[in-house]
Parts: sequence; structure tokens; C-alpha cells
Amino acid sequence: MAEAVITAAPTEVSDAVNLKARLRSATARSRRNAFLLTAPLLIMLLITFIVPILDMLFRSIDDPIVGQAVPRAAIALEDWDSGAGLPSEEAYAALVADLAALRTGGSDGKALIGRFATRLNFEQPGVRSVITKTARKAPKLKEGPYKDALIKIHKKWGQPEIWAAIQRLSAPYTVVHFLASLDLHYDVEGSIVGQPEMRQVYITIWLRTLYISGLVTLLCILLGYPVAYLLATLPQRTSNLLIILVLLPFWTSLLVRTTSWIVVLGRNGVLLETLAWLGLVGDVDRPQLIYNMTGTIVAMTHILLPFMILPIYSVMRGISPTYMRAARSLGANPARAFYKVYLPQTVPGVGAGSILVFILAMGYYITPALVGGQNGTLISNFIAFHMQKSLNWGFAAALGAILLAGVLGLYWLYDRVVGVSNMKMG
Amino acid sequence: MPDSDIDTLVEFVGVQKSYDGETLVVKDLNLKVARGEFLTMLGPSGSGKTTVLMMVAGFEPATHGDILLDSVPINNVPPHKRGIGMVFQNYALFPHMTVFENLAFPLQVRRMGKAEVESKVQRALDMVRLGGFGHRRPGQLSGGQQQRVAVARALVFEPTLVLMDEPLGALDKNLREEMQYEIKHIHENLGVTMVYVTHDQSEALTMSNRIAVFDDGVIQQLATPESLYEMPENAFVAGFIGENNRLMGRVTEMNGQSCLVEVDAGGSVQALAINVDGVGTRTTLSLRPERVTINPAEGSCPNVFDAKVEELIYLGDHMRTRVSVCGHDDFIVKVPNSSGNVNLTPGEMVKVGWMAEDCRALDARE
Ligand SMILES: Nc1ncnc2c1ncn2[C@@H]1O[C@H](COP(=O)(O)OP(=O)(O)OP(=O)(O)O)[C@@H](O)[C@H]1O
Ligand SMILES: [Mg+2]
Repeated sequence: MAEAVITAAPTEVSDAVNLKARLRSATARSRRNAFLLTAPLLIMLLITFIVPILDMLFRSIDDPIVGQAVPRAAIALEDWDSGAGLPSEEAYAALVADLAALRTGGSDGKALIGRFATRLNFEQPGVRSVITKTARKAPKLKEGPYKDALIKIHKKWGQPEIWAAIQRLSAPYTVVHFLASLDLHYDVEGSIVGQPEMRQVYITIWLRTLYISGLVTLLCILLGYPVAYLLATLPQRTSNLLIILVLLPFWTSLLVRTTSWIVVLGRNGVLLETLAWLGLVGDVDRPQLIYNMTGTIVAMTHILLPFMILPIYSVMRGISPTYMRAARSLGANPARAFYKVYLPQTVPGVGAGSILVFILAMGYYITPALVGGQNGTLISNFIAFHMQKSLNWGFAAALGAILLAGVLGLYWLYDRVVGVSNMKMG
Repeated sequence: MPDSDIDTLVEFVGVQKSYDGETLVVKDLNLKVARGEFLTMLGPSGSGKTTVLMMVAGFEPATHGDILLDSVPINNVPPHKRGIGMVFQNYALFPHMTVFENLAFPLQVRRMGKAEVESKVQRALDMVRLGGFGHRRPGQLSGGQQQRVAVARALVFEPTLVLMDEPLGALDKNLREEMQYEIKHIHENLGVTMVYVTHDQSEALTMSNRIAVFDDGVIQQLATPESLYEMPENAFVAGFIGENNRLMGRVTEMNGQSCLVEVDAGGSVQALAINVDGVGTRTTLSLRPERVTINPAEGSCPNVFDAKVEELIYLGDHMRTRVSVCGHDDFIVKVPNSSGNVNLTPGEMVKVGWMAEDCRALDARE
């Protein structure tokens, strides 16, 4: 007995240190095993998820073209003050030398001219032709003064704007994509100003994306909460059956679910035809229900609804019916008992469902592309446009980075307000 | 208590309940609960105790019959208008509210002023000795403290009737005994009527004014703790409350209060005729272990049998002795640990004896 008591009490400090070391070596093996088990997934995530995201973030600020295309001009323009007239003769000479070198540098050089022109054109619409024309003539310019020669080729070389753009873009990294994402740009003096009104697009799109995502989330709560409540209060066997109905949409493709709304909401679709047959809408001036914001909202709400129902349902399942009974026995009528006792306990489920739906909605692409028409498209449709059509990957990357930051910020906010550990997914 | 002159608060008149339309969970319940009484419903699991409480509280409709509160039928009164306090088995404290808010809830529902709410809540918390715990959440309390909050919440709005459904079921033995005392104390101080459900017989015996023993949806016996223990009216009650020796046999002779029973394994016993139909019927003889004497003085008992000591268990204040007698080898005798007592050894042959009044002839139900 006495011996057992002594050995069971390691009070010495060295003993405690020893114990920690022993514990660590004892658990090292199981930790290594755990790591090995997850390693394939981690590697896959790294390759297919984390690396592309990092690449995208890099692309959003990466801007090497101008520096590569006209290195001499970039150096010559380093000390030029864009507010104080045209650059010096050396800058003109350097640019001519750069363009001549590219022009005579084979197909690689000619391709770079094209990208250089495109890049500048993105900054200042209309200068593409100035660059290509000048580059074509540059090899023939053998001696100065180059300033007058260039201004003779195109009068834009006699204005500081184009030089300011070259100077600004010659840095390897840039925030212009981010500025453009928020309808901002650099003016001639290099200060950040708003885009002219007719070129303001993206603020509207961002606001529309937030608005539609918020509205869809709200609609999902309003439609999903009663369903979840019904599922949670029915006997288990019935509710399991109904849960399958909730999950059923996952078994059909997103494309099918979206396009079936075209059948329902279209001009000659099921809904309007029925309403017309009932005499509720006219045959000619029917309301437009699809290929606009309405279509996007309806279809997205339908598709995202399960993501709201399931977390709420799982939280409600865990709420014992005795709470409501207790509230009733204490004198609360059914409405009050629900509002004061039941509803607050379902907040974690509503929170989890909302954040899930909102984040998914923020990045939604296929549905708004198919049924969104003009005013029902979201930011991801513009990201896709710049990826596939305008080939301005840097700009697409900046839009994506802002979206990512926004979602992470939202998650952080949620954690601060509700607490992520309070979230219940199922 | 004679039925006619009690001040009845709750009355069940021919109440029946069936959940599935096939079996009756409660069969023809007739019961009057007096004002200020502590009435316990005691019975094995599934005997319908919770169902009865739920019908009183209004969460389950009675399939048939009436429940009267203050002589008014309440079958159609919704739960929140019945004004009955209830303590649930798992406490059902609202997890998202503090202890204070939990207790304030029934008062706010009744539109009480802020100051009044505060003073009443504080008084109720003091009553259960949790005065300083108002700001805590239920999750931050121990089981016993949660239990006391639940009691305080059921009492804070001063209901005349409080229902408790196995409120101490989840507590350990010490805490349980302490809480039994506390609830009893509160009952005496406040004078509320309590209907208490338990399946723990010692809890029922220590706390109640009267106990209704339930089995199979029927009240087997309704009586005070003493008479339930001393004078069980049927074999179920005798077996359910306290320890009990039973001998099966057949009635051979009836003479008024007493009867003669021929035990199956041989020998005849004089007993009190409590629940037998007449000569020739089968019966269960019920006998408390502490009423049996080992080696009784010559001529002091009418019933004396030879017995063999099988097992001795030392329990401090008494010796639990298992003997075989009349073909039963599970016959228990409690031998008090007093100085004059014989030292027994297993295998020894002894005589056991008991008085006719201590042996009750009951129904033959197994
Ligand atoms: N909601 C219900 N639906 C169907 N049957 C039920 C329901 N509630 C209880 N029962 C059945 O009614 C019978 C009595 O149940 P009850 O809960 O009243 O028993 P109890 O005496 O409280 O038991 P315990 O001591 O285990 O709590 C049981 O057979 C039970 O299976
Ligand atoms: Mg019960």
C-alpha cells in the first residue's frame, strides 16, 4: 500500500518534464499515422486547391509585360514627373530602341508587342493602334530627334497620358486590377480617382451580388425553417422519408435543376400559361419571370434550400420537446413559448445554414449565367467573362481575390458574433 | 383519509388513456388529491405514472373520463392556462437563459412589473439556497443545483398544484436524500399541493402523505406510507414495497378475520385473511423478514417451523439470515444485532416462528 502511494505521486520537477517527454514520444506514433492517413488528401488539396488560389492571388498583382517589353524606356522614365510636361528626348529614344528591338526580335518579340499594346489599351482605350503603328515604323528611325519623329507617327506621343501609363505599368506589381474591380483608376497625375460614370460597372455588380445573396439567404430561411420544424417534429420514420425528398435534388445535376426553371417560368412556360388560362395575366403583356433578377433569385433559392434545411433540422432534432412543454406549463401560450424558448435554441442552425447559403450564393455561377439575363448576373459571371472572353486574367484574379477576402471576412464576423463552435452542420 | 370530507383539489373521474387505440395505458383512474397534500405515485417503469401527470398538466388528452381541478373539468383548458407548476425529469431548464431569466419567465409571461419579478425571483432562489447563482447559465450548474433551480421555477409563480416527474432520478444517493429533505421542507413551508412521481419506494415512503401504488395502469393501493408497508392489500404491493417473504398455499379454513392456509410444501399456517375469496382458493402468504423470530419461546407463536440456516450476511445493525423453510430456500429473516441473540452458523437447524397477525393472506397473483 505505502509503496503504491509513493510511486503514484511524481512531485519532482524532473519527473514532470520526463513525463511530458514520454507522453510526446508515446503519442508521436499515432500522430504520424494520422498524418499518413490524411496525406493523400492533403497533397490533392495542395495541388488542386491551395496552389491555384495562391497563383490567382499572385496573378491579381503580377504585371510584368510593360517592364519586359520596354525596359529601356522604363528606366528612362523613372525620374520623370508626369505633372511637368512631356518626358525628355532620352525617353523617346529609349522607347524607339525598345520597340525596334522587339520588332526585329522574331515572333517572340512581335507577340510581346501585341501583349504590350493590349495591356496599355486596357489602361487607356484606343492606344493599341498607336503602339502597333509606332512599332512597325520604329526600326526605320535611325537617328533623332526621336521626339518629333514619334509625335509625327501619332499625336498621342505628344500628350503626357500615354507616357504616364507606361511609367506606372513598368513596375512588376500593380494594384490597378483591384482598383478597376472597385471602379477606380489612376488619372494622369497618378492619383486614384473614380472611373467616369459610363465605365462604372463593378460596384453595381458587387452590390447586386450582395443583394441577391442576402435575399436568397432570407428566402431560404423563410421557406426552410418551417420545413425543418415539420421534419423535426414528425415521427422519425416519416421524417426520414421526407428528408429523402429534401435530398432528392442533389441526385439531379445542377444544370437540369436550373433549366427546368426555364420550363416553369418561361414566357410560354407552365406557370404563365396556367395563369393566362385562368385569365390572371394577359396573352401579350406577360410579366418577365426569367432571364432577369427574378429568375436568378427563384432558381438559386430553390437550389440552395437544402443547405438551409439540413443544418436547421439537425439542430431542431436535438431540442427536446420538454422545453416547449416546460414553457407552456409556466404559462406561455404556444406562440410565446415558440418565440422565447424554441426559436433562440435554433439560432446556431439558422446561423450555420445562412452562412453556408450566403457564401455559396456569393460565388454562384451556372444558375445566374443560364437564367440571369442582363440584370441577374453575379460577380462570378464577370470573373468567367474575363477568364474566357477578354482574357484579362489579372483582372479576373483580382475580382476573385476580393470575393475570397469578402467570404473570409464574413466568416470571421460570424465567428465574432455567433461563434463558429456554435455552428452545427449536421 | 376518508374520501367524503377532504378538501379536494384534483379529482380523476373514470380517467382512461390509450396512445394507440389498442391498449389502455391508464385504466379507469379514480383518485382525489387533497389540498396541501403530498401525494406520490409509485410504480414500476411503464406503469403509466408519467402519462397521468401529462394528462393533469394538459400535454396529453384523456381518452375517457374527467379531470377536475377545484371541481372544474379541465379537459379543454390549454396547458398554459392551467396554472400548474411542473418539474420535469430532466429539469428542462432553458439553456439559453440564465438562472434568473429562467425563473423570471413565468412571471414575465404573467406581465408582472420588473421590481416585483426581481424580488420574487430572488426569494425563490434564496428558498432553494441558490441566492448568488442568478447570473449563471444552467450548463454551469451541478446536477443538484439544476434540480433546485427547476423546483424554484415551478414554484416561483405560486401555483396551487405542483407536479414532479421523477425529479431526483438523475442524482446520486447522497444528493438525492438531501434533495428529498429539501423538497419535503418546501412543501411543508409553502403548503402547496404536490403530486410526485417516482419509482423509488424509499423516496416515496419518506416524503409522502399518501402513496398511490401503480401497476399496469391501475392504482393497486392508495394509502399512507405506514399502512402501505404494514398492511399491503395485495401481493403486488406487498412485493413492491419493502422486503417480503412469500409462501404459496391454499385456504383450508376461514374463521372471520383469520384463516388457515395449507402451504404447498407441507405444513399449515395461521394468517390474517386480507384478500382471499374463501375456502379452497389459492393465496400468497406475505410476511416481513423482521417479523420472524428465530427459535421463539415455547408457545409464544402459533406458527413454528423447522428451518435450516443457508447463509448469513452481516449488516451491522442486523444479520440477514437466509433459511430454507417449507420448501422455500429464499426465506429471509432479519436477526437484530442485540446482545441476547444466538450465534448462528450456516447449516444449523433452527426453528422459525411468527404471529398470525404478521402473516397476511393475499391474492395468488404471481
Ligand atoms: N407518446 C407515447 N406514445 C405511445 N406510447 C406511449 C407514449 N408515452 C408512453 N407510452 C407508453 O405508455 C406506457 C406508460 O408510459 P409512462 O411514461 O406513463 O410510464 P411511467 O410509469 O412514467 O414509466 P417510467 O417510470 O419508466 O417513467 C408505456 O408502456 C409506454 O410505452
Ligand atoms: Mg415516467
